[in-house]
Amino acid sequence: MQFGPIWRALMRNRTGAILIALQVAVTMAIMVNAISIIQSRSEAMARPSGVDEANIFYISSIGFNEEFNERVTIEEDLAAIRALPGVVNAIQSNSVPLSGGGWSMGLQTEAGDDIDGIGTAVYFTDEHGLDTYGLNLVAGENFAPSDVGWREGSTPNWPDRVIITVSLAKGLFGEEEWRSAVGSTVYINSNEPMTVIGIIERMQAPWNGWDRLDNTMLSPEHTLFRSTRYIVRTEPGRRDELMPQVEELLADSNRDRIVRGLTTMEETRERSYRGHASMIKMLLFTIALLLLITALGIVGLASFSVSRRTKQIGTRRALGASKADIASYFMSENFLISGVGVLLGAALTVGLNMAMVDAFDLDRMELWLLPVAMLVLLVVGQLAVLGPARRAASVPPAVATRTV
Amino acid sequence: MFAYYLKLGWLSIRGNPWLSLLMVAAIGVGIGACMTILTVNYTMSGNPIPHKSDRLFHVQLDSWDANDPGEDGFQPPDQVTYTDALALKRAAPAFRQVASNRSGLVLEPEGDDERPFTVDVRNTWADFFPMFEPPFLYGGGWDASADESREPVVVLGRELNERVFGGEDSVGRTVRMNGLNFRVVGVIDEWQPVPKFYDVTNGPFNSTEEAFIPFTLAVEQELPRNGNTNCWKSPEGDGFQAFLASECVWIQYWAELRNDAERAEFHQWLDNYVMEQKELGRFPRPVNNRLLDVMQWMEDQEVVEDDAQVMLGLSVLFLVVCLLNTIGLLLAKFMRKTGEISVRRALGARRGDLFRQHMVEAGLIGLGGGILGLGLTWLGLRGIEALFGEFVENLVGLDWVMMLTAIGLAIVSALVAGLYPTWRATQVMPASQLKAQ
Repeated sequence: MQFGPIWRALMRNRTGAILIALQVAVTMAIMVNAISIIQSRSEAMARPSGVDEANIFYISSIGFNEEFNERVTIEEDLAAIRALPGVVNAIQSNSVPLSGGGWSMGLQTEAGDDIDGIGTAVYFTDEHGLDTYGLNLVAGENFAPSDVGWREGSTPNWPDRVIITVSLAKGLFGEEEWRSAVGSTVYINSNEPMTVIGIIERMQAPWNGWDRLDNTMLSPEHTLFRSTRYIVRTEPGRRDELMPQVEELLADSNRDRIVRGLTTMEETRERSYRGHASMIKMLLFTIALLLLITALGIVGLASFSVSRRTKQIGTRRALGASKADIASYFMSENFLISGVGVLLGAALTVGLNMAMVDAFDLDRMELWLLPVAMLVLLVVGQLAVLGPARRAASVPPAVATRTV
Repeated sequence: MFAYYLKLGWLSIRGNPWLSLLMVAAIGVGIGACMTILTVNYTMSGNPIPHKSDRLFHVQLDSWDANDPGEDGFQPPDQVTYTDALALKRAAPAFRQVASNRSGLVLEPEGDDERPFTVDVRNTWADFFPMFEPPFLYGGGWDASADESREPVVVLGRELNERVFGGEDSVGRTVRMNGLNFRVVGVIDEWQPVPKFYDVTNGPFNSTEEAFIPFTLAVEQELPRNGNTNCWKSPEGDGFQAFLASECVWIQYWAELRNDAERAEFHQWLDNYVMEQKELGRFPRPVNNRLLDVMQWMEDQEVVEDDAQVMLGLSVLFLVVCLLNTIGLLLAKFMRKTGEISVRRALGARRGDLFRQHMVEAGLIGLGGGILGLGLTWLGLRGIEALFGEFVENLVGLDWVMMLTAIGLAIVSALVAGLYPTWRATQVMPASQLKAQ
């Protein structure tokens, strides 16, 4: 098929072609940018939290009157939960990864008020913390029972010993020397020294949008905040059966508190990333709808052009053109139009991406998306024009002799 | 003439049902996508208290660390310390002013069978009610004297009143929370400012609290707080009093200032106050106090989420695609009618007449698209609700403004899309077409 005559014929009747090309271009710009957003959201969602999500659940306990003895309650609760068959381990803590609420502090390697510390999430835990969360200790050691203290609502001081994540160790001591953190002193509240006794591979902070998501420290303390959380890890497959058991156990053992918020880690992850997941679904839906609209537009205009040229088609057929010649004429015509469209689209896509990266906190798109999207749109165009092209091919040569 | 054009347009649409349907669908889908996202954005950026949003000012004092610029450079913190809240409340010259913070208490219903449950509470001052004007179902707010004497009074939300008192007028009755007996002085009707401007820090689209109690009482009784607390240095010493005296910020502070003079006076007072405090060793940074009114504050806090804006941009482009589609299809449709147009021209219709006639037809298609789009918008909002769950329940309502906008946008879009095809149609030379017949 020669593109020359087709191109010249197109140029004589430009408007429809230009409209389709523009439509393809804008479609491509939206599609590629949407996919780019989907990619970065999926990557964010794929980051591991570092804890044994499948087998962990937690529940809040809130004391509400004067008779409530929090310290005794916590000790009894933990002993009772740990004794349940099927429970691997349990701790009392302030928060869990991805839950959205928690503590943060700053750590620094030198004491001094005028030094800007490195931000980190803080989880309070006892010596059962590593086992309960399912954390991987890569250097140093775990807390000893004697390390664990009791923190009141406004205790200003911090314990002497701390466990931190690799990410935080790297931030404090450098990419290469992070192992040297073990045994080193870090300062919290600018001036208060703590000794790093262990490093865990990974544990996420409670805030998924935080740029220091992997900076976490474990502080060996029980908390007396009147409101607390028990975190329970079960043997694989026994979580759902143990959840109501633990809830009942807590509710029945003490009437001076209420228990609420029985939640699994998996639900927490789902809630935490619901915004991202929804955005992905919306964008996918948008892309599908957009491709459909563009395809329908191509069908509509191609049908119009076929019906307008019925007589010409008949004439060409009468002069010896085969059905395939006619069909391929329309296919080629669409290829030319879509081709111009995707070239224009590539420029538009890059422009839109630059504008969006500039205006919002988005990642730059990956360039390989461009050729893929161009190919996809060319294929969609060809598929859309298939029907009208077939109809054109079936125009009988005899039409040439009639007036249309 | 208009009625005649309407009839002609309708006949033309009927004459080409598939093409017409395709156009209506294209506009409808474009409008649906656009309006769904626009509604969410519109609600997020709405004015929660339009009649006085320019008189309510959010107060910020720059009490923060001299060495920690924070994420956006040296901005004053979004909340204030207890020390400052109290000092302002006592002496600052404002028509009305109110400190408040978020809290949660445990309510113990009467009767042994009822289990206690937690309640979202706002600790605040008497001025909260006349300033933010929640609608009262029964009773009203408390008097300033109750703040002074730390009286255990409570204003309940409608839902909580239904849960505890079965929706009766509960003024004068008692509810027990965290071991204290509170006397009900008022019940607020359904009240959900969107955004929840008076406490953006703890979530601009959160639900309104279920109960309001005096701030002074909450402090005296050391009732728990559960809102955001930010400290740049630890309290000096142990216990609640040390926390109160600390540089931690945890209180939202608002002032009602009726005119520029009042505002200037208040601002001047703040600056003087900070200068005094500097002599006491506080406020290490340069004086940087801010008074932003409701809408300025919403803008400053960027309550409209980036995601919503990204989607808005994409959905507008989506509408553009749909319109390009419609232009193409209208062009095809009108060019098919060249014969008819020629006949009408030959019979004396002027170009202007034909132009009007075809614009009416485009408008009709737009109207159809608008109605379809409105239905799709409703569906789209239900979809968003299903996807995002309770986070967006206050954002997915469709009001009259948005409905009319949807129809209007559809018609305007169709008319714009119809301009070029119509112009082409009116350029048809009657002679050439008639000859070809």
